[in-house]
Amino acid sequence: MDTQPITEFPPQDEKGPAMKGSDVVVACLEREGVDVIFAYPGGASMELHQALTRAKKLRTILPRHEQGGGFMAHGYARATGKAGVCMATSGPGATNLVTCIADAYMDSIPLVAITGQVFQEFIGKSAFQETDFFGMTLPIVKHSFLVLEAEELPMIIKKAFEIATSGRPGPVVIDIPKDVQQKVFEPVFPAKVDIPGMPPPPHASDEELLKVLELIAEAKQPVLYTGGGILSANCSDELREFAKLTGAPVASTLMGLGAMPPDDPQSLYWFGMHGTVAGNWAVCDSDVLVCLGARFDDRITGYVPKFATEATIVHFDIDRSEHNKNKRADYPVHSELKYALTRMIELIKAGKFKKPDLSAWFSTINQWKKDHPYPFHYNESDKYILAQDAIKTLHEETNGDAIIATGVGQHQMWAPQYYHFKNPRTFISSLGLGTMGFGLPAAIGAQVAHPDKVVVDIDGDGSYLMNIQELATAKIEKIPVKVLLLNNQHLGMVVQWEDRFYDGVRGHTILGDPENIGSPDNLDAIYPDFVKIAEGFGIAGRSIHKKEDLRGAIREMIDHDGPYVLNVNIPYTEHVLPFIPQKKGAKDILTD
Amino acid sequence: MRHTISALVENKFGVLARIAGMFSGRGFNIDTLNVGPTHDPLLSRITITVIAEAETTLDQAIKQLDKLINVIQVTHFSERTSFVARELVMLKLAASHQTRSEIIEIAEIFRAKIVDVSPDSIIIECTGNENKIRAFLELITPFGIQEMARTGMLALPRGYNAER
Repeated sequence: MDTQPITEFPPQDEKGPAMKGSDVVVACLEREGVDVIFAYPGGASMELHQALTRAKKLRTILPRHEQGGGFMAHGYARATGKAGVCMATSGPGATNLVTCIADAYMDSIPLVAITGQVFQEFIGKSAFQETDFFGMTLPIVKHSFLVLEAEELPMIIKKAFEIATSGRPGPVVIDIPKDVQQKVFEPVFPAKVDIPGMPPPPHASDEELLKVLELIAEAKQPVLYTGGGILSANCSDELREFAKLTGAPVASTLMGLGAMPPDDPQSLYWFGMHGTVAGNWAVCDSDVLVCLGARFDDRITGYVPKFATEATIVHFDIDRSEHNKNKRADYPVHSELKYALTRMIELIKAGKFKKPDLSAWFSTINQWKKDHPYPFHYNESDKYILAQDAIKTLHEETNGDAIIATGVGQHQMWAPQYYHFKNPRTFISSLGLGTMGFGLPAAIGAQVAHPDKVVVDIDGDGSYLMNIQELATAKIEKIPVKVLLLNNQHLGMVVQWEDRFYDGVRGHTILGDPENIGSPDNLDAIYPDFVKIAEGFGIAGRSIHKKEDLRGAIREMIDHDGPYVLNVNIPYTEHVLPFIPQKKGAKDILTD
Repeated sequence: MRHTISALVENKFGVLARIAGMFSGRGFNIDTLNVGPTHDPLLSRITITVIAEAETTLDQAIKQLDKLINVIQVTHFSERTSFVARELVMLKLAASHQTRSEIIEIAEIFRAKIVDVSPDSIIIECTGNENKIRAFLELITPFGIQEMARTGMLALPRGYNAER
């Protein structure tokens, strides 16, 4: 007898027992599969923290500054692809999250930021710790909610996660007044929510995809230009297969690193302001440029009228508003990337594509690679450790398997130049907004997501100091994150621009005493003493400046059971190269 | 060039602020803006006219608007679409017994309505498309406009031949 049910019942809404709004929030988070929240309490959010103490599955991590918590959630999201969740109280707690939200918006990272708000009766009355957080964050969110009715909490939270993670991901703010948190009611947890303003994911038509394949088949000098969209869509494998089948070279943005292995003969690694010469020139000289999930950012294009002037541009994006925003696309394709790549692979396998002969193109590219080699080389110093040495050694000692977070500046560019990212979601950096202080908390978040992996914050002394208080979080929460601190006592990237374009005039770019600047030659003047600071936080550390100590010290750091700070004193005189100056084209690239 | 864009939006807290903020944040210039409820209490309609010299600016404005989660549908009334656009203008004019009859005469030509009269002023209500309103204002301005209020453009596609 057939016992199969005739119809499958749709998922049903579920009613919960009477509880406080704050407990409903926690129940909703657990239903969304959230396993950790980075939350700093205060008057308007303590009700939520009380509920978190009653949570069964959800771990709460206390950062030492709301911004630290926001970047931990960001790092967690980058490392996993799941939404990162952070929480702060009203007023100053919330405003401290603003940078994190703007950062997640720029890099399209799924972040859910929950903030406490004053009682509704006090909204608009300039109450203690009141700010209009909903209004303040409007330009930097994918969407936001101010919860006015407690009963709407389950629906709003479900919507928030769906909005943050689907389509082009982004940050969502949920502002919850204290009376909503305190209200006792019987929640209804919806099985699904309807968001009329969010259409189903777009799929390119076969006609569009066949046209793209035809363009590539007829191209003499095609390039695939891949961005963060590949990682958001989790389609690195599809990209690799598509690249193999078409034979086209692949140049990535920094956001897209890890999607394609850098040592693949088709890989041009990354291009843009400090990317490879071959990558930049190949894109510049391409006749068909297929952009997959990237946004023609100014650090990629340089001076737009000089960017890929001869190329027929195909632009795949899930966000239609990216088409023709910065650079006109001849063939804009509005589609989910995973679908588009999978379908194109099917079409190729069905014989709808003739692989072009790109041997001439690759011989040009390989000549560029030979003349301007990648991995990059630099003039080693026999006296000092250079930042490049330190990162290269870290790469060797971790076999390229670590997750790397960075601050912002020279070290942020050297990190991907000398650490070769072969896996997606292993390079975590503030690339759109460029937020200093990002590295340490983002690394902590990534380490929470992957407790068994080696996670290293490659940082500069300027960036590191901006969120140094998070050492306390690493220590107390037993998060074994490592810091490779490249300490040159200067704001290195600004110094580099001063050297190149401002006759070396130092406009407040010296971080120690300007009368007595610390360096590997003047160790006593190094300021501050980062090893002592780490010690104060109960964290192990060591300071080095001699080349012969480098490998051993890096090994010691990796092998250390617990968080560790390795301070490397380096000279400030190195410049990041290659370098395409602002508003210039790829052919103006400086290599020395 | 001026373009008329109509957006069907969720009737929710903060939607207007979100749309207005997106326009200013992305550097688009709003010329007129009108918001009102529709027959569905959950939805409002926002009609915006923007000045956009470049095609790309207009294209961006529409796509960015459409991207907002609260925005359900965006319609661009271009020259190629057949649509009806109207604006309502109310103005208070200085009117003495010498000028009143002439003002009323002009108003009648434009099928405008007199909605208030006092010994030294008169309020006129005029509805029409952009050209009509412009012509009406041109004729009536010399009489001395004391105060003016305008709704901004409203637009709906025609029933037939919506695409020309």
